[in-house]
Amino acid sequence: MTDSGIQETVEAEARDDIPGLYTGAFPIEVEGLCNAFGDQVIHEDLSLKVRRGEILGVVGGSGTGKSVLMRSIIGLQPPRAGRIKVFGIDIADHTEEAAGVRSRWGVLFQGGALFSTLTVGENVEVPLKQFYPELDRELLHEIARFKVVLSGLPDDAASKYPSELSGGMKKRAGLARALALDPELLFLDEPTAGLDPIGAANFDTLTRELADTLGLTVFLITHDLDTLYAICDRVAVLADHKVIAVGTIPELLETDHPWIQEYFNGPRSRAARASFDAAKGAASAASAPAASAVDSDAGRKA
Amino acid sequence: MTMRDWADFTVEDSGGGTTIAITGPLLVSTIGKLDHALRLFDGPVQTVDLSRVGVIDTVGAWTVSRFADERQAKVTGASEQATRLIQTVRDAASSAAIQPDRAPLFLRVFGDVGDKVVGLGHGSIRVLSFLGAIIAAIGSTIVHPRRFRGKSLVRQMELVGVSSLGIIGLMSFLIGIVIAQQGSVQLAQFGAETLTVNLVGRITLRELGVLMTAIMVAGRSGSAFAAQIGTMKLTEEVDAMRTIGVSPVEALVLPRILAAVFMMPLLGFYSSVVGIIGGAVIGDLTLGIPFLTFLSRIQEVVPLHDLWVGLIKAPVFGLIVALAGCYQGLQVQGNAEEVGLKTTAAVVQAIFMVIVIDAFFAVFFTELGWG
Repeated sequence: MTDSGIQETVEAEARDDIPGLYTGAFPIEVEGLCNAFGDQVIHEDLSLKVRRGEILGVVGGSGTGKSVLMRSIIGLQPPRAGRIKVFGIDIADHTEEAAGVRSRWGVLFQGGALFSTLTVGENVEVPLKQFYPELDRELLHEIARFKVVLSGLPDDAASKYPSELSGGMKKRAGLARALALDPELLFLDEPTAGLDPIGAANFDTLTRELADTLGLTVFLITHDLDTLYAICDRVAVLADHKVIAVGTIPELLETDHPWIQEYFNGPRSRAARASFDAAKGAASAASAPAASAVDSDAGRKA
Repeated sequence: MTMRDWADFTVEDSGGGTTIAITGPLLVSTIGKLDHALRLFDGPVQTVDLSRVGVIDTVGAWTVSRFADERQAKVTGASEQATRLIQTVRDAASSAAIQPDRAPLFLRVFGDVGDKVVGLGHGSIRVLSFLGAIIAAIGSTIVHPRRFRGKSLVRQMELVGVSSLGIIGLMSFLIGIVIAQQGSVQLAQFGAETLTVNLVGRITLRELGVLMTAIMVAGRSGSAFAAQIGTMKLTEEVDAMRTIGVSPVEALVLPRILAAVFMMPLLGFYSSVVGIIGGAVIGDLTLGIPFLTFLSRIQEVVPLHDLWVGLIKAPVFGLIVALAGCYQGLQVQGNAEEVGLKTTAAVVQAIFMVIVIDAFFAVFFTELGWG
């Protein structure tokens, strides 16, 4: 029914390299990845597959190359060797197809990495303008507004500059920008680091909700044990330059790698698990929908 | 060109009223046409039918919910996911501005003028307090010489002085060549080519050597001072220093100022010497004055006070360049754009002030009889 005038202008403005949705099983496939800075080896023959629709937590001691792995996957760190496929496309290829991949992921950097000369709302509009120039200006503003609120910011934050925001608000604004394109794949680099416990718990809930509602695949780097227990479907452990194990937390507990044992059986981990179990108990005693949500959580972990 | 599967709609009029039936995937990548068309759609709508919609994302849900809410229409046929998404975006709806409020133009003009005037006043106070802080830092360094950062000073002297030898040398050599070549053409009209030696010797030692060096140091080091200190302010390094009890003026500003003050006379003298060599090369090649003769003539025709004029001006220029760089660096606050603005300001102010002071010096030394 749209009249031909609109059709023509929209089609003329639209980019022609926007791909369709990904339907394969593994949006991220890393094979034999090697990274090194000078003599310092970061990754050696690292392999990892991320399943579609899961929240994968990535853990590892400081300096084990979690962020470098993320930077490699999103193409910011050219690897020494190995193959990285995102949505089945080799990101090392300099083809139009590989460029189109960028319209299907969102990245939240550790410090938020907001463009400091733009307001939060304008920050959210940047990726939209880049990939979908055909969109109406008014629609852009509307999208920016609801993404800002969706990320848990007060609505008046949209007109603020990053320097006027607190650290936690910057993270949420970064999330709003990462979600701008309704991506299929979301990279989060320590999203809850530096947030207060209430803010961190809210951020976890938000991530889980978004992942469920939008069917997101999430690659989540974290040190936060509460986050691991609360929202991750599987956890990948980085140590000795490799991913030494991937699986649910109970599965990981069965392996006898000393670092994994120390990590998940340490006092902080026990506390996190206890509080998670307590929350689970309270929730199943409460209303039915909440219980079913937790059941599905438990189902994933089993 | 890949064809995109754009979302579209059909209008159906049944007994109950008008129904808008939306078809196709409702994604941010396919919504462009539908959104434009729905904005232009005129007339009452009772129902929005989503039963023929494929995949949907938040932007699709937003477009539907905005349209339906505007026309007070019912949404029917929505899948479970669509219902969930529409509810999510409805809850997140807001009417907040994307950009901060801006006053009308004429008010902004007056506002900006006022801000500039107030800024000028505050700026003068800040400059004075900056100078005061430097004098205080010098005082406390004299009282506690152990607190002085010798390593930092040496490092800055290397950056300001040694690493700029190449570019300053090349620049001075070329300037010497240009002066000798152009000067000799003009002087030849009076048959006075031999005076080229006087021209090159006096102008490089007295004026150009030091002036061009100051401009180069402003561009190379003054800008670096502003950008370094400005970035350190943004990353809270300067604040961290203060909390540890280290004075940023002592740790950052003083070594840079001293480095510039110490290195400028050396660089200025070096520049003059290389300029004279450049002139001598041209003298040898085109004027028939042998290279060594040119150099020994310099000794006879250039009065010693020309050298002093240059050497006295140099540390003053160095002080101006370093002060402007460090001061502007410390004024950075807020965002990355500020670093750029302040760096530009540092270089422009430094060069401008150097030229103004040079004019004063010119009059001063002539009055002194060092003409």
